[in-house]
Amino acid sequence: RYAFPPGGGSEALLGGGACWRRGWGSAHCRAMFRFTQKKCGLSEFGGRFTLLFNAWRKHTQPTAAVLPSRSLIPVRKANFRGLSLPDNPSLRGLYSRTPKADVQVMAGEELPGVLILDVGGTHGVLENLVALLKKHFHVITLKEFRENKEEMRKKIQSVFVFENRPTIDRELLESLPNLKVIGNSGVGVDHLDLKMISNFGVKVTNTPHAVADSTADIGMALMLASARRLVEGCQIAVSPDTKYFAVNWLGVEVTKATLGIIGMGNIGYKVAQRAKAFDMRILYHNRNRRRKEEEEAVGAHYCEKMEDLLQQSDFVMLVVNLTPETHKLIGKKELGLMKPTATLINISRGAIVDQDALVEALQNKVIRAAALDVTYPEPLPRDHPFLKLNNIIITPHIGTATVQAIRMMTEEAIANILAVLNGKPIPSEVFPK
Amino acid sequence: MEGQELPYVLIDSIGGKHGVYEDHLEFLKKHFQLITMKEYLENKKFLSENIRAVYMWYHKPVINEGLLQSLPNLKVVASSGVGIDHLDLKLLSSYGVKVSNTPFAVSTDTADFGMALMLASSRRLVEGYQMAVSPNTEYSPADCLGAEVSGATLGIVGMGTIGYKVAERAKAFEMKILYHNRNQRNKEEESAVGAIYCKKIDDLLQQSDFVLLSVSLTPQTHKLIGKRELELMKPTATLINISRGLVVDQDALVEALQNKVIKAAALDVTHPEPLPRDHPLLNMKNVIITPHMASATKKTRRLMMENMTESIEAGLRGLPIPNEVLL
Repeated sequence: RYAFPPGGGSEALLGGGACWRRGWGSAHCRAMFRFTQKKCGLSEFGGRFTLLFNAWRKHTQPTAAVLPSRSLIPVRKANFRGLSLPDNPSLRGLYSRTPKADVQVMAGEELPGVLILDVGGTHGVLENLVALLKKHFHVITLKEFRENKEEMRKKIQSVFVFENRPTIDRELLESLPNLKVIGNSGVGVDHLDLKMISNFGVKVTNTPHAVADSTADIGMALMLASARRLVEGCQIAVSPDTKYFAVNWLGVEVTKATLGIIGMGNIGYKVAQRAKAFDMRILYHNRNRRRKEEEEAVGAHYCEKMEDLLQQSDFVMLVVNLTPETHKLIGKKELGLMKPTATLINISRGAIVDQDALVEALQNKVIRAAALDVTYPEPLPRDHPFLKLNNIIITPHIGTATVQAIRMMTEEAIANILAVLNGKPIPSEVFPK
Repeated sequence: MEGQELPYVLIDSIGGKHGVYEDHLEFLKKHFQLITMKEYLENKKFLSENIRAVYMWYHKPVINEGLLQSLPNLKVVASSGVGIDHLDLKLLSSYGVKVSNTPFAVSTDTADFGMALMLASSRRLVEGYQMAVSPNTEYSPADCLGAEVSGATLGIVGMGTIGYKVAERAKAFEMKILYHNRNQRNKEEESAVGAIYCKKIDDLLQQSDFVLLSVSLTPQTHKLIGKRELELMKPTATLINISRGLVVDQDALVEALQNKVIKAAALDVTHPEPLPRDHPLLNMKNVIITPHMASATKKTRRLMMENMTESIEAGLRGLPIPNEVLL
């Protein structure tokens, strides 16, 4: 019997791991999964469990890159971000096993083709990630494809979209008769025309698990940096004009302040978990209300009306995905409802905020400050008014820009692509509305 | 105090970059008759007999033997902030003057700021900001790849009030927490934050991805982190200092950063403050320096002021002094 602590999907890992170790068959594992789900009452199992279960059973070896093959690993380390095990000594054997071959290649068969924009360069896939792709696919760059269309077009069964490239347009879809799946690196798919892609019978997958921790971290980093005027402080500390440090130069507190999270999905929930440790009062607005246990675990209060959240929050954090419904979700009216001492933090997509309204609000001190990891467009034109304001922090969309996250996103995309190509349950498929 | 005159308390100045905050005056004037240094010097004869306390706001006014000799009725010095390394406690004690600081008021903001520095450094926030607003827009996120804070190992050197609050926050980021302290904390405190005690600082240094200094400056912690300690750290590690500049051998730190012995540093405190404008630390891409602002929020500064008022009043009434600093 294993202990099942609440929160975070660790139960799925436990369930899956327990099954695997015992060599149980599928049916037995699924029963265990359902038992675990019932006991812990967590709702977001499906994708995670299937992903891990399939990964362990057959396909990609996330362990090849992420887990050491044989040694007992510190149990806190997770497979995919968002899943972590409690430090339970009885689980230490969970990951110890003999290494398997990384690549499941049938003798004589060619690896399936994956199209990428480029290797390296300003917008290409990072070289170390291409190496990961090459373990499972025949990697074809857009240039190679265009130079040799006749030979390549039939080989390409998948596209790995990295930082929104290559652009998936009708012309490309028409030229790839064997295309089965577009594996996106990242969770946002607003740059993909899901309906059009679906009409070609092509599936789309994203990577919701790999992005969660790092994006939540950036949300916290931006909130702290803005509240405490960290960037301005750095400038003062290194400026040639600084002779002494003024003592009346102040920021605002984060601890015990009120954080309003708009969009309480995977990432939003992780933000709440972190904010709780800062003793913050947490409000949230979401399409659907979370379950009571989930709310209580982070002390979050549901605001059915976004207006209530806006009026009470010291920090408003946007963690929604971009859809027609969330386009310009925060405009002049919403900014006007916020406290004049409040800070807006955006880690979603630039288009969720009416940028012109935000410029005005910041200039007229309708709100205190803003911190944006995302804008529209990215990057902003160099004469954009945002760049002249002193109560704004902008970062160049680095929400998942860590060595670890970028690697995990590739691995998650690979797992998804392989699932499609092998006709297995797909961990993170995205459907058009 | 009905009918009684308010006690005379010496301050440095009001307003401006160094003085007592103007919006604190209303509160202070309900309790004290404030005398600025300027006023004191203009009317020494009368005032020197009457001044019974000093309200030391950010190390000013400076208290030396000369001042102590000319204030025969001085009973209490209330110092803002938690650090008392700028005070000669022995000297003050020899004149029978009691000292107070404000350790608890600053603790939460300082812990928050430690987290802010760790996140900003690890995710290369300042560099990212500069890229986002620079005239040159040809960059890709690959140029700004940082390292995860979530799930990494944090080594806290000095697990007092501030260090413990850092641990509470770091726990929510699923960090593995090691700590080194003069004394081990009790089991409940350790397990509440999942912190593992490292009796030898070396063990902490060798295993940590982030080393955070939250000790007070004493002769024992002076240059606690020197060349040897930096070399024990991982080459991928970051040093975060929210204590005092002198806890680190600054020259050794410069060398370690230049030679990539450690990856980065984030310093709210240096020695001196500010650093000379040609100091190498100011030009390094992998260094974040902030102007000693870990407790710089309106609420906290107000709380500090109230604490100091309380300490002075208690001291002048001969009652036990809250937040008294003992030798």
